[in-house]
Amino acid sequence: MAGGTTQPAAAARVRRATTETALVRWILITVGVLFIALVLVLPLISVFMEALRGGFATFFQAVANKDTWQAVRLTLLVAGIAVPLNVLFGLSAAWAIAKFDFRGKSLLVTLIDLPFSVSPVISGLIYVLLYGANGWFGPFLKELDIKIIFNVTGLVLATIFVTFPFVARELIPLMQEQGRDEEEAAISLGASGWRTFWHVTLPNVAWGLLYGVLLCNARAMGEFGAVSVVSGHIRGLTNTMPLHVEILYNEYDFVGAFAVASLLAGLAIVTLVAKSLLEWRYGDRLAGGRKH
Amino acid sequence: MGAIASYLSGGFRRPSVLPGFGITLGFAVAYLSIIVLLPLSALVLRPATLGISGFVDVLLDQRVLAALRLSFGAAFIAALINAFFGLIVSWILVRYDFPLKRVVDALVDLPFALPTAVAGIALATIYAPNGWIGSLFAPLGVKIAFTPLGVLLALIFIGLPFVVRSLQPVLQDLDREVEEAAVSLGASRWQTFRLVILPAILPALLTGFALAFARAVGEYGSVIFIAGNMPLVSEIAPLLIVIKLEQFDYAGAAAIGVIMLVASFLILLVINLVQRWSRRHEEH
Repeated sequence: MAGGTTQPAAAARVRRATTETALVRWILITVGVLFIALVLVLPLISVFMEALRGGFATFFQAVANKDTWQAVRLTLLVAGIAVPLNVLFGLSAAWAIAKFDFRGKSLLVTLIDLPFSVSPVISGLIYVLLYGANGWFGPFLKELDIKIIFNVTGLVLATIFVTFPFVARELIPLMQEQGRDEEEAAISLGASGWRTFWHVTLPNVAWGLLYGVLLCNARAMGEFGAVSVVSGHIRGLTNTMPLHVEILYNEYDFVGAFAVASLLAGLAIVTLVAKSLLEWRYGDRLAGGRKH
Repeated sequence: MGAIASYLSGGFRRPSVLPGFGITLGFAVAYLSIIVLLPLSALVLRPATLGISGFVDVLLDQRVLAALRLSFGAAFIAALINAFFGLIVSWILVRYDFPLKRVVDALVDLPFALPTAVAGIALATIYAPNGWIGSLFAPLGVKIAFTPLGVLLALIFIGLPFVVRSLQPVLQDLDREVEEAAVSLGASRWQTFRLVILPAILPALLTGFALAFARAVGEYGSVIFIAGNMPLVSEIAPLLIVIKLEQFDYAGAAAIGVIMLVASFLILLVINLVQRWSRRHEEH
């Protein structure tokens, strides 16, 4: 190694050589930040500005509306059913895939990602084709007097579909990274399978699970296209918050539309902040590629 | 050999001391079948009731062709624009320091978190002739909202994070010693970027492009408010599916859906091939 005085100088020379001039750096940062500001931040700000256009009193009036509250309650109900079911699925799939070797595993992993490559509208369409009046099971359901499409059940099914991969795709790589040694040790020491899962596996994946739930919930509460197709837009019955935004907007009630939209935008901001905190604080305990 | 032997003797799974294989795999496969596979098979089989000629008739309809052209065309251009700006954004996030960098980084995911309907009405309002940006262009005779240009802007909004999040980890792992070697061999910074850095990140850039493209083709919520939805001009394919459903033309809706689904599978296939190809190159 060279002497102590030349080493920093050489390092500085290399650093200069492998970065851009100050001018290029400045231009790139300006272009990048301006693009983000124009394309992403401006729409976000406009949601709140439009919601408050008529002042706080009008805003609260729009939010306190009876239809709005029913939409909020329905959104919470749908997400409250869809998210736990997908958590159960994610945990099951990740346990089977990460802790065992079996044939067809990679096919299963591929199929789990499938819903992400399907258009939201098609995600709703497929359930209409199954359970709609002219669908495969339509006549059968009519005989039993069971309504799925244009009903809460349809909303839940479509929401489960579009949020299907979130928890599983976070847990599978994480559990695979962690291997099986700890679980095998627990079992060979006499712990039951359930106890091993509860005390060994779950604490190891807790932050990853929370991360997956966060993203799953944001999408479940905000989904528009898929639920729009199966909802039938019945006020007070099948109107989730995003659908309510559309109805108000199409009725030219812009303050009302943006007031409800601002609640959803608030949820998005909370999700982003929580997600970033998880990445900074517990990045090493999330699946690879999320480390900051 | 041992693995093969146990496969042959123990059926399709290798023995393990851990419990719960049957119940977890059973539940996962049953849930997957009910939620994903059965409904998707209904989509694939439904257009069969039209027969081949009926299927072709649906697709050759002027309005359907125009909608598919707009959806795929605008998605392609939006993904190209996102690839360019996404490269700049991920580059400055990985390589440089600047104020509020962490906030900018977190904001990149906004299109994932913000409900599409919210983005849709916000974009429509901003780019309307009397909106913040629309009013700047209106005097020049340029209409953005309620034209194909508006569709393009909405697709740029929702596609950006795919490019940035594909590129970031690859840029982070890039070996700086290779760049130093290039410099010491007399390469200029631009040559180093073009001949050393760009080939290394190209697979990730293509992946990000393809993901943004695939998402944009099927996008609905953020587009319909700003598009104006004029048949043959600014009507996207997913909206046409909704319209056909409202007319109870299930088979017609499914036919358009199948075409879009096939297209996104082809895109995913290309992604997989690109990734496999780049992995092979890394090994050599």
